Amino acid sequence: MGLIMALILTVDDSASMRQMVSFTLKGAGYDVVEAEDGQKALDASKTKKFDLVVTDVNMPVMDGITFIRHLRSEANYKFTPILMLTTESSSDKKAEGKAAGATGWIVKPFNPDQLLAVVKKVLG
Amino acid sequence: MSIDMEQFHQVFFEESFEGLDVMETGLLNLDSGEADNEEINSIFRAAHSIKGGSGTFGFQNISDFTHIMETLLDEVRDGVRDLTHDGINILLKSVDCLRMMMTATSEGGEVDEDEVKTNFEALQNILDSDASAETVNDTPVVSDASDQPAAGWKIKFTPHKNFMQFGNDPVRILRELSGLGELKGQVDTSKVPDFDELNPEDMYLSWDLELAGEVTKAAIDDVFAWVEDESDITITPLNSADKKSEAPQQTPSSTAKKPTASVVAPVAKAAEKKDKAPAASSSIRVGIDKIDDLINMVGELVITQSMLSLLGEDFNMSRLEKLQEGLIQLDRHTRELQESVMQIRMVPISFTFSRFPRMVRDLSAKLDKKIELVMHGENTELDKTVIEKIGDPLVHLVRNSVDHGIEMPEDRLAAGKPETGTIQLNAFHRGGNIVIEITDDGKGIDKDIIFQKGVEKGLIEAGAKLSDQQIYDLLFNPGFSTAAEITDVSGRGVGMDVVKKNIMSLGGAIETHSVKGQGTIFSIRLPLTLAILDGQSVSVGEDNYIIPLVSIVESVRPKKEMLNMVAGKGETYKLRDEYLPIIRVRDLFNIPDAKADLLEEGLLVVVEADGKRFGVFVDDLLGQQQVVIKSLESNYKRIKGVSGATILGDGSVALILDIPSLIRMSD
Amino acid sequence: MTVETHSNGTDELLDVDADLGDEYLTFSLAHEEYGVDILRVQEIRGWEAVTRVPNSPDYVKGVLNLRGAIVPVIDLRVRFNLPLEEYTSLTVVIVLAVKDKDDGRERTISVVVDEISDVVKAKLSDIQTTPKFGSALDTEYISGLADAGGKMLMLLDIDTMLRVSEMKQM
Repeated sequence: MGLIMALILTVDDSASMRQMVSFTLKGAGYDVVEAEDGQKALDASKTKKFDLVVTDVNMPVMDGITFIRHLRSEANYKFTPILMLTTESSSDKKAEGKAAGATGWIVKPFNPDQLLAVVKKVLG
Repeated sequence: MSIDMEQFHQVFFEESFEGLDVMETGLLNLDSGEADNEEINSIFRAAHSIKGGSGTFGFQNISDFTHIMETLLDEVRDGVRDLTHDGINILLKSVDCLRMMMTATSEGGEVDEDEVKTNFEALQNILDSDASAETVNDTPVVSDASDQPAAGWKIKFTPHKNFMQFGNDPVRILRELSGLGELKGQVDTSKVPDFDELNPEDMYLSWDLELAGEVTKAAIDDVFAWVEDESDITITPLNSADKKSEAPQQTPSSTAKKPTASVVAPVAKAAEKKDKAPAASSSIRVGIDKIDDLINMVGELVITQSMLSLLGEDFNMSRLEKLQEGLIQLDRHTRELQESVMQIRMVPISFTFSRFPRMVRDLSAKLDKKIELVMHGENTELDKTVIEKIGDPLVHLVRNSVDHGIEMPEDRLAAGKPETGTIQLNAFHRGGNIVIEITDDGKGIDKDIIFQKGVEKGLIEAGAKLSDQQIYDLLFNPGFSTAAEITDVSGRGVGMDVVKKNIMSLGGAIETHSVKGQGTIFSIRLPLTLAILDGQSVSVGEDNYIIPLVSIVESVRPKKEMLNMVAGKGETYKLRDEYLPIIRVRDLFNIPDAKADLLEEGLLVVVEADGKRFGVFVDDLLGQQQVVIKSLESNYKRIKGVSGATILGDGSVALILDIPSLIRMSD
Repeated sequence: MTVETHSNGTDELLDVDADLGDEYLTFSLAHEEYGVDILRVQEIRGWEAVTRVPNSPDYVKGVLNLRGAIVPVIDLRVRFNLPLEEYTSLTVVIVLAVKDKDDGRERTISVVVDEISDVVKAKLSDIQTTPKFGSALDTEYISGLADAGGKMLMLLDIDTMLRVSEMKQM
């Protein structure tokens, strides 16, 4: 990790979740951009280059799986780590996510420390 | 690092309460068959969000309760389950229960565990009964692998060719493994093709690794959790005694936990379930776009102001035109800014209307009546302060329609009407006001009965001649209803008189129209905002006053012959069929040098208050304008007949007349 | 709008006591000198037409627009039952921050006076308690007297004098 801080995109329709993720990551020195649904996230991805994307699955306008599929197909984001937020019981969702191109997942509910651990693992 | 989660709580509660509203509306629409797929999805998403958030922020009981709702809703949205009317009822009750839990948790009160338990069991019943294929309790992927640390492991890690296209990085895997113990290994480059055949996006490498240390297999599995499908992984214990630890055991664990039956004695249920719990102290949600517009406008204002400032520093007459241009621009920007700020406080009336579908549904069920509620104009916007105060009066009027308006199904059929009655809620803008109409096709108001009652209660005289509106207005008279009539359904200490008082205190008015046997319309007129008023400027002597347009019916040039002196009433003016008492502002306010002494030299502004009409005698009509209401009481005191003040375009102060007060003064 | 002030002959501040004490803005009214605590003075304006307020005491001339706030204007000559005179170019309106003695509320109230004199310093110890004397002014409104270069200066207790409870219609 160099001097330039990684830029992370967090996508979730719940404002409180976005705030928590944002706050946690910023506190660790990352730069964070928030989006409230897949479409807005996709738009954001075109204006900035993110180093990591963390997205919820259930969102209005464009859900997480569709978003991941679209994002993965963009040249810029072919190899960018994309993580989904899933609940413990949805093994189908995980498979769906992987099929769409997700790198991995974080299980909800999670606490800030768990989030940071995963992000650190992925970004180094 | 420990982060204090409390700072996110308020937002979580706010959005959760909104989510509960979404669920309720959605469920009601589902019930009436009006819900489309998107709506069903949004019901699910709302529950899902609440479940996720409550788990994250530490409200486990809410999370567990919502989980079972979510499971049920998941089945519905997947098309695996159809909800019956009863099922929807149970879900609606669960939404109430969830509201109770949220309110209690956010306000530090006690959760009614009995209610939670009852609802939980009801939900569980639905899930258990006619369980189509899947049951709720999915076996989780996380497995409790029986694991014993071995002295080390041999790992063959072969990522597939498309490994990197999932954003995965083998280096990360290696790094993680080396964090578990001592990692040694070799990379196998045998599959790497020649350069011209090499696709840099593909993965051709594999690794033979040895991980030494007290590491459990589960820990290693974890490292590879994400990449299981994109790679071949072989893990064997280093001391290659054949331990069959390859197949981790799957322990199905129940994900739906029953809330622990509390030992705490049941406490009083949360009182007002129907009222939106005030989790937000006094905040308002504003769209970001509105804020952006505002910021832009302020920016432009600052630019204009600097420009004018610069002009002023070194001014000479040759720059007059520029100055004038600048001032015009300033005017425009200020006006735009004002409109924008007012817009921020504007909230769609759907916030108030949203409680009615549920209310009408429950109430009509309770009374064994069949009633359909139709709403129009939910997007009509009004000021936040007005919306907060109009809620209770509307509730009372709708309750009134359900209770006293719509007849029992048998009676309706007998009268040749459809069995299901209709109540309509209509909101729209008209002439700078907002109008809210509550219409029902019920039995209407019997004028004769009302009149009789009015006489009985001593409110009117037996022989009095009253207009229809005046008779209906008796309904709003404090002395009209008796305690005996406040039924369990309509009564709550809010009588029709309080409804009217509330509406009038907002500067509004209420009108009633009814046809016996056919139905009733209550029409409420409200100013769009409490801070701004549409006024008619009038002059009395040397002074100018503003009369709120909402009170004005018409203006006439009086004719001498229409003036009468009526015993006990003073001066009246005959306008068509009515005798209007005259209010001489000059006298009430002791204004010297009022120009017009005789009626025919001035003007009569016909105003209406309390269902009665009066003629306000002024010297002249000046313009109509929108004025910002300023308080006279802040620095001075309340003056009878004056409701406030405003600052006119020329900087001078004009007083705003308080029509009801003037009427009282002239009595 | 500029306001002219003039001092009593000298160009220095009239010091009753050289170093310590509160500062008072003094003004004249029917040839008598009065003072108000300078910290309470928000601004000084020239006389402009005000909007009449009905059914108010006769000394409430009306209200004016002070940058968006509605501020009452009290004519002190009328208030003190002094003979009325025409307003001149020297007539000023002093805008004061008043803390109502009865209800404790803070209000902005302005008073019309003949002309501004000066800012003087007066030490509290020099402020004699007011003997009862036959003045037009209710002595309840005077917090004390000071000697301003030989002339008697009456220091006004505006919180008592400008109480809203007193502003009843005559």
